[in-house]
Amino acid sequence: MLTDITLGQYFPGTSPLHNMDARVKIVLLFIYIVAIFLFDNHVNYGIMTAGALGAVILSRLPVGMVLKSIKPLWWIILFSFGIHLFSTPGEPIFKVWNFAMTREGIIQGFIISLRLVLMIMVSSLLMFTTSPLKLTDALESLMSPLKKIGFPAHELAMMMTIAMRFIPTLLEETDKIMKAQQSRGSDIGDGNFLQRAKGMIPILVPLFISAFRRADELAIAMEARCYQGGVDRTRMKQQRLHDIDFWAGGIFALFLVSLIAVQIIL
Amino acid sequence: MSIELKNVSHVYMPKTPFERLALDDITLTIPEGVITAIAGHTGSGKSTLIQHFNGLLKPAAGSVLVDGVDISRKSNEAKTARRKVGIVFQYPEYQLFEETVAKDIAFGPTNMGCSEEETLERVKKAMEFVDLDYDKYGKRSPFQLSGGQKRRAAIAGILALKPKYLVLDEPTAGLDPKGRESLMDKFRKLHKAQGTTIVLISHNMDNIASYADNVIILNRGKVTLEAPPAEAFSKTEVIRQAGLELPEVKSIMNELAANGLAIENDAFTMDKAVQEITEALRRAGKC
Ligand SMILES: Nc1ncnc2c1ncn2[C@@H]1O[C@H](COP(=O)(O)OP(=O)(O)OP(=O)(O)O)[C@@H](O)[C@H]1O
Ligand SMILES: [Mg+2]
Repeated sequence: MLTDITLGQYFPGTSPLHNMDARVKIVLLFIYIVAIFLFDNHVNYGIMTAGALGAVILSRLPVGMVLKSIKPLWWIILFSFGIHLFSTPGEPIFKVWNFAMTREGIIQGFIISLRLVLMIMVSSLLMFTTSPLKLTDALESLMSPLKKIGFPAHELAMMMTIAMRFIPTLLEETDKIMKAQQSRGSDIGDGNFLQRAKGMIPILVPLFISAFRRADELAIAMEARCYQGGVDRTRMKQQRLHDIDFWAGGIFALFLVSLIAVQIIL
Repeated sequence: MSIELKNVSHVYMPKTPFERLALDDITLTIPEGVITAIAGHTGSGKSTLIQHFNGLLKPAAGSVLVDGVDISRKSNEAKTARRKVGIVFQYPEYQLFEETVAKDIAFGPTNMGCSEEETLERVKKAMEFVDLDYDKYGKRSPFQLSGGQKRRAAIAGILALKPKYLVLDEPTAGLDPKGRESLMDKFRKLHKAQGTTIVLISHNMDNIASYADNVIILNRGKVTLEAPPAEAFSKTEVIRQAGLELPEVKSIMNELAANGLAIENDAFTMDKAVQEITEALRRAGKC
């Protein structure tokens, strides 16, 4: 059913990762991803993998779900593995026609795939443990220094919030309209492309009308409450750093120091 | 013949933290030729239940038979069976999409493969039935109608399918008292004239008392009562537990009986109640 996907990525919970401030999560994630590409020592790959796995365990999400997040990019990973396998010069161990599979190729391909997997895993961890609302709030707050040069950080975040807020609503509505039209005997998803496109009209027209109506109602409701973007607005949920965020920062700093140490010494 | 549900369960969003058992092992029969009312608190699963009647939702377990045919099958027979059930959803006006009212109502019959004359005939009949003048409203855009007119146009869109079983999900929600009454009377008329089986979802127990021949009460996804109204309304406890109220007439009669008036106390409509009370008074020699 269509509404099954409404939840998007967020997976509610009370783990330390869920409780962290979203801004801290975003910053740490950003540094981690840069680190993945900066450090190329084999021991460091081990440390980074351990770090990512540690975060997965801390998030208390079902491991299967985190692994599933890699699935959509499975082919890209496989493809880049294949490319590196055959294009890295070195000691050949296997030959297919003109292409030699090298020992270095296997290692290089494995490393590239690992980087990709780690990157996807930690990014989806952020999506899984942070509600969309907190995410946009955090983005706004991180982008707010840019307001000085006229960047509309608040408006952008507001638009994102509204869009995200209405995704489930519109999906639900689509589902309802589809069922209503199916009850009137419309066969959605039957026939060739043209027929199917035509079959969409009875769904799209009511959907658009309701979307516009909702947008209009929302605008009026906001205006009635004297909404004004940006300036001097306070929040119902203040973003504040808690102990857990400092702990996370501390642990992450240790993690980073060990990466740098290993990189320099080995 | 009838609509029969056998041990039907339905789970929304299975295998996620939002998993929810909306229907729990439901077995019930909607007999042909009568008006069946389904009542229950908000979120008890009424809308979920009726979407199983024409296969919009597939049960997680159990089976649905319409006139003895399992509608989950792929066969043509099952398709025909599904088409015997017409559902008018909660707030059906949101399904309107065509340029004109007449075209919108024709959508169903055209999909069924009716000929042009047949379709036109059905559109006219359906519009006449819901009191929308074909000549006046047929060529208008459905979006220019008032809320109540939109509702009636949408209902006409289902009536044009000539369903054997007409399922109505709170058809009068959001209408004024007069509109409510006239709409309900239309459904009763349809039931009388064409013998259409009607399934009516309603929160309004007074409504149910005056229209239904058969009452089904849902409570948290389970059927807790399936009986004719006289019997159903005597089970005060079950009705309270389901988060519903007795019909007003019935609770007044209960009060009277509790205060010592010797009535039979199986009335739940106004006329019957008046009759019972006068009889009781006469017997007591007071009038
Ligand atoms: N599309 C859906 N996805 C997930 N859960 C749903 C969905 N639709 C309904 N539910 C849940 O299933 C339960 C039954 O819902 P349903 O719509 O059948 O109730 P209802 O009896 O029709 O209520 P109402 O009187 O408010 O119309 C509710 O708890 C609801 O939260
Ligand atoms: Mg409902």
